[in-house]
Amino acid sequence: MAFDQLSDRLQMALRRVRGKARLTENDIDEMMREIRLSLLEADVNFKVVKNFTKEIKEKAKGDKIMKGLNPSQQVVKVVHEELKELLGGETSVFALDKSKRTTIMLCGLQGSGKTTTAGKLAKYLRKQESIKPLLVALDVYRPAAVDQLVTLGKQLDVDVFEKGIDEKPETIAKESLEYADEHGHDVVIFDTAGRLHIDETLMDELRSIKQTLSPDEIFLVLDAMTGQDAVSVAEHFHESLAITGSIITKLDGDTRGGAALSLRKVTDVPIKFMGLGEKLDAFEVFHPERMASRILGMGDVLTLIDKVSENVDEDDMMNMMEKMMSGKFNYNDYLKQLKMIKRMGSLKGIMKLVPGAGKMMKNANVDDKKLVYIETLINGMTNQERKNPDLIKKNSSRRRRIAKGSGRSVAEVNRLIQTLDQQAQAVKKMGSMDPKQLDPNNPLKGMQDMQQPSGKQKKGKGKGKGKGGFRF
Amino acid sequence: MGFIKNLFQSKKRREKAQKYKIGMEKTRQNVFNQLNELLKSGEKIDEDLFEEIEEIFIMADIGVDTVLKLVNHLRQTVEVKNLHDAEDLKEIIVEEMFKRYVQEEIIDTNLNVEDELNVLLFVGVNGVGKTTTIGKVAHLLKNEGKKVMMVAGDTFRAGAINQLKVWSERVGCEFFSKPEGSDPSSVMFDAIHYAKENDIDVLLCDTAGRLQNKQNLMKELEKIHRVIGREIEGAPQETLLVLDATTGQNGLSQAKIFNEVTNLSGVVLTKLDGTAKGGIALAIKETIGIPVKLIGLGEKLADLEYFDIEEYIYGLFSDVI
Ligand SMILES: Nc1nc2c(ncn2[C@@H]2O[C@H](COP(=O)(O)OP(=O)(O)OP(=O)(O)O)[C@@H](O)[C@H]2O)c(=O)[nH]1
Ligand SMILES: [Mg+2]
Repeated sequence: MAFDQLSDRLQMALRRVRGKARLTENDIDEMMREIRLSLLEADVNFKVVKNFTKEIKEKAKGDKIMKGLNPSQQVVKVVHEELKELLGGETSVFALDKSKRTTIMLCGLQGSGKTTTAGKLAKYLRKQESIKPLLVALDVYRPAAVDQLVTLGKQLDVDVFEKGIDEKPETIAKESLEYADEHGHDVVIFDTAGRLHIDETLMDELRSIKQTLSPDEIFLVLDAMTGQDAVSVAEHFHESLAITGSIITKLDGDTRGGAALSLRKVTDVPIKFMGLGEKLDAFEVFHPERMASRILGMGDVLTLIDKVSENVDEDDMMNMMEKMMSGKFNYNDYLKQLKMIKRMGSLKGIMKLVPGAGKMMKNANVDDKKLVYIETLINGMTNQERKNPDLIKKNSSRRRRIAKGSGRSVAEVNRLIQTLDQQAQAVKKMGSMDPKQLDPNNPLKGMQDMQQPSGKQKKGKGKGKGKGGFRF
Repeated sequence: MGFIKNLFQSKKRREKAQKYKIGMEKTRQNVFNQLNELLKSGEKIDEDLFEEIEEIFIMADIGVDTVLKLVNHLRQTVEVKNLHDAEDLKEIIVEEMFKRYVQEEIIDTNLNVEDELNVLLFVGVNGVGKTTTIGKVAHLLKNEGKKVMMVAGDTFRAGAINQLKVWSERVGCEFFSKPEGSDPSSVMFDAIHYAKENDIDVLLCDTAGRLQNKQNLMKELEKIHRVIGREIEGAPQETLLVLDATTGQNGLSQAKIFNEVTNLSGVVLTKLDGTAKGGIALAIKETIGIPVKLIGLGEKLADLEYFDIEEYIYGLFSDVI
């Protein structure tokens, strides 16, 4: 997964200075080089990178940062904080002024995801603010663009205003406002045609739509996979329209999304939302902190925490942790845990959020279907066996019976036994960790400790089978 | 060493190259003027210069690794040849880029279209220009006298089937679709049978955009590819990855994974009419070996050209030479 290259690189660079009390000028230069390369690989604009490394270098040299933590942790922390600052610092909350009608215009390059985003935004606002949105189709150029929006509207049960493709977008925009007033829509979202930022005719059209509507918000929609050109795109759109915010799409891909940095740096307006999939609810508020972690390959810890707390009963969770730490974790608990995971969403989605998991999962074939198999296997055990894992561990005829009964292989039963063991061990390790090591500002520390044992296990078992090594 | 110049001696070449120049006018203005600026006669060659050259290539989205290799090679050449004047670097840069791309192969950008029924499959991530490219390719092949049919393999995205249909009407070619939500493999299967009975020469198959890290969608694509191959030996004759020139380093991951799943025969680099340079295509050729076959230069039917690396580089560097 390309996602991990950045953290790999940084870790490589940091490994060299590990254990030293103080960084030499040379160490710092070396690290800056790695940081530069990794940010470039993440598609951060080279000018942004240049300024960035310069600042970091200054900070890394200063004595004040040297207290308490070792140098590598320190640098990671500084880099992370700086990135977060660059991305806007705090989360920008998008609040509607409900005393009046709000108009939102979306613009961007071809294929950046405006139409889908229009649908997502309508859905999101309706849910968060319980308002009645209207979608307006102003893309009269791309074949079937109107169709696309109308279909989305139907899926969402949101009203769509369209006039086909024969009228000018300005005219349609104007009429849609009357329609919105008549029908009591309090938020109107305009989907405009994709265009190149250097296409003067079409940029003029946008300006004139803006003039007609004086929209409350103008959002630039940018594809997270955009390369160095993100700067030029953002500059042009911002110059022409004075955008008020932006939305970054397709972040469910394996891109590292450095374009987000360029976007924010150039426009100096907040990135408001991010698109995370083709489904219309794959849409979230943009969090600079999380994005910084993601760019650094630290995993999106906070999103994970959010997801967990949203979907998991805290008491359940604590009970389970206690059990695990005391070494009494059994198959019933495991089954419960699987159910929690299922509630949180797909396994792969979750694993992406776990720091360092990307690396661990490189060779492991994560498959949600496996969860189903595991469930079947556990369901095939007697009550006694579930409560006392040793029974199965020590008795091969029990293992054969379970395999046969659930239509799986004995090897799979064995793998399940191993997984349970590993799981118990991992949790014990976590329990014995210094709480400081789990400091969210400094996630690399805990992560390194966690990664090593898993690496060893993988080697020990041999590659051929490949599949057994995952755990959560 | 004037061989780059020789490449552009024929008039036809130069005229064709001119088109690239127009398509990429902004590219040159933005980036490669800088290179020209940098490599002025009398400037000395030092580390700062190399770093700046590096940045210019980075800015063109040529992959980081590729750029590092390229610049290292420049360093060596400078040492071996004992060069001092920055201007001497110009030709070396162009030549090196050319060699790296071509890698002593003969690159045939022609679409592999035989006399029997041909299938061209278009794949790529969301929004890169697959459907539009099919419109353009249909136009091209129809003008070459082929009987073309478009196949609406994107049964997922809202409005996708209709979008392709509009293109088939513009081109004036046949169009095959099943209802939204149908299994795309079954669309291909039925289309192939229809085509066999109706003397179609070329099937242009659209697919839904998908991010390469979505395993289930990639499996679906694998199946589409397999079904086509099962119905016609040797098909698809071309599997083309459509790549947006604005794409950064992620383009490499796209090429790698799509290639694993569908065995790509070429890349179509779209949206070169913008300011993006699509340099990642050079890294794709260097690391995965898949050449660019076609480029998209706009939203109209005729905005498609066969890719020619010489012209591409010339388009980038015509001021430099
Ligand atoms: N400027 C420019 N725009 C292009 C080019 N090729 C395609 N487009 C535009 O890019 C947008 C997306 O193109 P589509 O053909 O719908 O892309 P797609 O890959 O089929 O998209 P999905 O099916 O949604 O994944 C449309 O607005 C096209 O007009 C090109 O070469 N230049
Ligand atoms: Mg399409």
